Amino acid sequence: MNLTLKVWRQAHANDTGSIQTYDAKDIPEEASFLEMLDIVNERIILDGHDPIHFDHDCREGICGMCSLTINGVPHSKEKGITTCQVHMRKFRDGDTIWIEPFRAKAFPIVKDLMVDRSAFDRIIAAGGYIDVRTGSAPDANAVPIGKHDADASFDSAACIGCGACVAACKNASAMLFVGAKANHLNRLPQGHPEKDKRTLALVRQMDAEGFGNCTNQYECEAVCPKEISADVIAKLNRDYTAAAAREAVAD
Amino acid sequence: MAYDGSTTGSLAGTLESSIPDGPLADKWTNFKSTAKLINPANKRKYTIIVVGSGLAGGSAAATLSELGYQVKCFCYQDSPRRAHSIAAQGGINAAKNYQNDGDSVWRLFYDTIKGGDFRSREANVHRLAEVSVNIIDQCVAQGVPFAREYGGLLDNRSFGGAQVSRTFYARGQTGQQLLIGAYQALEKEIAKGGVTMYPRTEMLDLVKVDGHAKGIITRDLRTGEIESHAADCVILATGGYGNVFFLSTNAMGCNVMAAFRAHKRGAYMANPCYTQIHPTCIPVSGDYQSKLTLMSESLRNDGRIWAPKDAEVAKKIREGELTAKDVAEEDRDYYLERKYPSFGNLAPRDISSRSAKEVCDEGRGVAKTGLGVFLDFSDAIARLGEDTIRARYGNLFQMYEKITGDNPYKTPMMIYPAVHYTMGGLWVDYNLQSNVKGLHVLGEANFSDHGANRLGASALMQGLADGYFVIPATLPDYLVDQTPGAVTVDAPEFAEAEAQVKERIEKLLSIKGTKTVDSFHRELGLLIWDKCGMARTREGLEEALKRIPEIRKDFWENVKIPGTADGVNMELEKAGRVADFIDFAEVLCHDALNREESCGGHFREEYQFTKDDEAVQSGFTNEGEAKRRDDEFAYVAAWEYTEPGEEPILHKEKLVFENVKLSVRSYK
Repeated sequence: MNLTLKVWRQAHANDTGSIQTYDAKDIPEEASFLEMLDIVNERIILDGHDPIHFDHDCREGICGMCSLTINGVPHSKEKGITTCQVHMRKFRDGDTIWIEPFRAKAFPIVKDLMVDRSAFDRIIAAGGYIDVRTGSAPDANAVPIGKHDADASFDSAACIGCGACVAACKNASAMLFVGAKANHLNRLPQGHPEKDKRTLALVRQMDAEGFGNCTNQYECEAVCPKEISADVIAKLNRDYTAAAAREAVAD
Repeated sequence: MAYDGSTTGSLAGTLESSIPDGPLADKWTNFKSTAKLINPANKRKYTIIVVGSGLAGGSAAATLSELGYQVKCFCYQDSPRRAHSIAAQGGINAAKNYQNDGDSVWRLFYDTIKGGDFRSREANVHRLAEVSVNIIDQCVAQGVPFAREYGGLLDNRSFGGAQVSRTFYARGQTGQQLLIGAYQALEKEIAKGGVTMYPRTEMLDLVKVDGHAKGIITRDLRTGEIESHAADCVILATGGYGNVFFLSTNAMGCNVMAAFRAHKRGAYMANPCYTQIHPTCIPVSGDYQSKLTLMSESLRNDGRIWAPKDAEVAKKIREGELTAKDVAEEDRDYYLERKYPSFGNLAPRDISSRSAKEVCDEGRGVAKTGLGVFLDFSDAIARLGEDTIRARYGNLFQMYEKITGDNPYKTPMMIYPAVHYTMGGLWVDYNLQSNVKGLHVLGEANFSDHGANRLGASALMQGLADGYFVIPATLPDYLVDQTPGAVTVDAPEFAEAEAQVKERIEKLLSIKGTKTVDSFHRELGLLIWDKCGMARTREGLEEALKRIPEIRKDFWENVKIPGTADGVNMELEKAGRVADFIDFAEVLCHDALNREESCGGHFREEYQFTKDDEAVQSGFTNEGEAKRRDDEFAYVAAWEYTEPGEEPILHKEKLVFENVKLSVRSYK
């Protein structure tokens, strides 16, 4: 199949950047989207130009590194999928495809389609963990956890930290990411001792990183490759309100 | 001593495995009871470099920081959470015996030694089985959401043909969940100031000062800046070398550079020929293909593997004239069930993989390329219902459909083996220290625990054992004799190594040839897959060793890398990695050539059971099964680097078995 690509090119963080047009000719329809870009890049390189830079690694939908906005939708309009799992058979011969980075103030562009998502790491560092020193753990079966809580926690733990939720949100809010982490750990008995501290720290770091507020548009849920429900945002709000109230009383 | 540590190679006496005294079951306890300790107030004076942030590196960095050391951790990805440990699906073994089905530390030890075809050290493997139980405790406490039963206790399953249910799992995302646990522990330590994290940073060389590993040279992948980092010791946890085959289930960025740079600086590369080919991957669809996707072998619990009996029928399937449904039951060859009736579709990975190759070599492959066999769930769906199958394998079926466009509930999956894991790696002693003092190697990057073949659900176990429990206990043995901070980046060795790194980068950029980096990688990978893949021969390996120098020459004359060394340049990054893969491939082929036996992930066609063998005549094993030669090859082959194109020097570490009897595998 033959395609026209409209690709965001930006040489470095401080470059203004622009959309450039590329022909993608003779693309096999069994190829993945990123393999299509590999083919295009191979030709760009042989022509002596700088290839299109994009982040990718595992190419099986789990590492969370790939991060393209395809025709205006992070990871494409297909449900429950990462960029690397998009296949060309979903496009038609002659299509024009717009390819842009995950855009957000808190995700500055590194080059072309690569963005800096280290804000997510700093949010986790602020409180996205259970503080348990290696070697100090009790027996794994010492605390039974009901299947319902375990499954609910798991659904949130499935987050791969790709940032599509932020890119899809008109406010560039990270509430789905933060809500997923809070819900993963707060629902478990192991996570209870630090629940308030964690919730407050996660939200405050999110705000400090420049992510916007949630206005209940659910765009995040729609693009999440792991289909994490926006319910985690409601749970986060509840946990945050309670934690903030307890903090105020304690003061 | 259970293990005499003797060496019989050309430089005998250089490999000291440092196995502690005492009975096997007491060695680790004895070691810990008598190990050297560092005063808590002094720990913070030591700086430790950890390269890699997967299960081994991430858990090591976090734990060493908890103990009070200053840690610098490096990864090439944009976040430590993305290391390829994340892609492991199936589970993690531990000898908890929660199922009351007779499991024990001894059984896990024995299964691992046997699964490794008796090519690993007893003491290392026993320690692995011992600490396996602590790993599960640690991970649960961190909030890793393992599967649970309705009563709230942990669930287990039998995995990879094990006779007991000792595998803990988290849906199809066990690796992801364990890595997130380690990553969160790491981030916690970063926040506390114990770990300084360097994401998007690649190690380009190891720096030795007075013979000890004391630092690394890195490139900041964002700015292109070359930097020196000094420390009191260096830990490599940089994963395996599966991408030497170009197509593998590894992530695109996985590479051998850090390990190979250490190898060039004197660290021995051990048993590189032990490569694991995983039987249940999605077949290749075309030459543009960038990587292969693994599906958990748990699929083999319910799926039946078959190919048509008749090559003509297979041909018609390949050409689209027939489908699987058109093949009558009696015309199907369920070859694993036929050849290995007691194990059937759960036969070990190497046997399953080689059997698929044999079927396809006979022209009975069913994928478009001829390289694929059916994995059929229709019987299981008829027996258990589609809902049960969906509950067990839903995410895998979905993944398959996303990639191939076929619905495996309706038509059988197609699978073919692919390179998945590499058992070989840098040689380490019991303390996980390489022959280069101060250089420790963890996880898939070392060679130590899996022997010639790794069991399912054991990679996660080893990575976390090394990082959480082994290295924190063994590292003081080295550090206690070191003056903290004695070496700084002002040592001339750093400037020298930096200059060499810069020279290499300039050389690569100055070639301005006509072929892309990927084209060389593909050419190398196809050669190695063909000559040093599932089945190897002297002739083929010798041919590969003739071809590799030609590829290297072509690479260094004709590679085309656009752009400069300043800022992000992904072609430059790949070029450095591929250049090392080319040199590494020679060590791999030399090792495969030297090992004149078949064991585990290494199958030499010259060494297999024939109809003349007594074991075949007595009905114990089949014709064509791997033939180990314990008298001559029960040793670790540790290779010393010489020059590209020159044969590396072989050092042998004899394996002594005092607790297990070496047996021939029989899966009839």
